[in-house]
Amino acid sequence: MDRIPLVDYLVLGDDPHLVANECTSCGARYFDRRSACASCGLQDFRTVEIAGTGTLRSFTIVHFAAEGVEVPFVAGLVDCDGTSVRGNVVNVPPDPEHVTLGMKVRLTTVPVGTDEAGVEAVGYGFEPAS
Amino acid sequence: MAENVWILGIHMTNFGKHRDKDILDLGSEAAIGALQDAGVGIKDIGVLGAGNLMGRGGFGQLLQKQIGQTGIPVYNVTNACATGATALRVAIMAVKAGETDMGLAVGVEKLAGAGLLSGNVRAAEGGHWVRDGRYGAVAPLDGRVGTETMPGVFAQIGMEYGHRYGGADFELFAGISEKNHAHSTLNPKAAYQKRFTLDEIMNDMMIAYPNTRPMCSANCDGAAAAVVVSEAKLRTLSLEQQRRAVKISASVLTSDPYQEACQVLPDVNTLTRQAAATAYEQAGIGPEDLDLVELHDCFATAELVHYDNLSLCEPGGAVDFFKSGAPWRDGRTPVNVSGGLQSKGHPISATGIANIWEIATHLRGEAGERQIADAKVGMAHVIGLGSACGVHVLEKSAL
Ligand SMILES: [Zn+2]
Repeated sequence: MDRIPLVDYLVLGDDPHLVANECTSCGARYFDRRSACASCGLQDFRTVEIAGTGTLRSFTIVHFAAEGVEVPFVAGLVDCDGTSVRGNVVNVPPDPEHVTLGMKVRLTTVPVGTDEAGVEAVGYGFEPAS
Repeated sequence: MAENVWILGIHMTNFGKHRDKDILDLGSEAAIGALQDAGVGIKDIGVLGAGNLMGRGGFGQLLQKQIGQTGIPVYNVTNACATGATALRVAIMAVKAGETDMGLAVGVEKLAGAGLLSGNVRAAEGGHWVRDGRYGAVAPLDGRVGTETMPGVFAQIGMEYGHRYGGADFELFAGISEKNHAHSTLNPKAAYQKRFTLDEIMNDMMIAYPNTRPMCSANCDGAAAAVVVSEAKLRTLSLEQQRRAVKISASVLTSDPYQEACQVLPDVNTLTRQAAATAYEQAGIGPEDLDLVELHDCFATAELVHYDNLSLCEPGGAVDFFKSGAPWRDGRTPVNVSGGLQSKGHPISATGIANIWEIATHLRGEAGERQIADAKVGMAHVIGLGSACGVHVLEKSAL
């Protein structure tokens, strides 16, 4: 079955991972397409792989969201070896007893859905690493 | 150094549900109230800064049709939650630049019943996956890659502070909300004037942990307006006008400079720290000189980080600062004695002028039951996500 990543910066395959556009001058990293570097203003980027494990630096448990968003879910900010990544914390009960600041997490993939052509969209999240 | 600018008149409407009033009614009420408070008329005004975020645009000119079309320049501005402060700064800058000696700034919003303010609206499912936007996303990201709701974003901002320095738990954040709701009982203009116990706050509906419903700013209707005047012009006015005038000893607007994590979680800290540092320098004062502070508590989790960002405490010391009782109205540095956005309400574009009204009212000694005794210097802070931060320092007239 065909698969498509939820976002351009998710690379699927045997070893799913995230990539970023890194400024070749100052090293600032961006998950989206930038015209120039927001840190130094230069326009030269290269693609780099982001570490698949990290530390949960912040989170919230969203109980109330826009229509169609399944709640509750855990939204987190993960420090992946110096690069901050936004992602849901998954495969863990969404409560403050199970989700804690500083916990070790690792990247995992999450099914998003299948379109009329049978193409499966795949997203990502972070699950407890221990 | 350009000459000093003063607030000559200022007004805020009651915040809450105004079913029978549109943005023009509310904006007019605030503008006319400010002109009356200043003891001047619309023909004395040489510039209009107009702030409204959720309307259809052109609010300033529409307002002129209600209060006087005098042909003066109108600047319609939007800057998220800092829109009101931005409109005020437009008027201040025009006076400072010598283009006119008197300006008017108005901010208004109709938000009652607006519900959750979220970053995106989810598109319909089905069809074929199509890559869209700068992330090439094939589906909306809100809820799939973190959250774009404001309560959730600001929850993470508070929790990140907790991760860095420790001690910031659910109960602490709820305590901040308890303080502001307690303060609101003395403010007849607040949308909600009800005291809540810590238990009531913690057991209320969870919106985005750790923010429960009373820990979120209240969507409501309201407007605020200010008349600013040059010092030279002020000295030609009556002694009563000069006595009630409030000196703007600092007026600063910043945007968010690049920080490593800002692409995934907006950084509300760096631009606030820079705005505060510049404001203290402009005013020639330090945080210890502040008799009261109105800061942007759009969520209880936001108030904590701004104690630190505004240097009301030592770096990393916001938790201890709150636990010491300092930000309560009888504490060392009273914060949000108006009740803050959690109880006073947050009609977005009005907020950045309404917080100036609160400070000015205390400096004039006109705050009634909630008066902070002998207040001489105060600070007003707003932040709009995206980001824009406005900080003003106000001083009582020496007369
Ligand atoms: Zn760069």
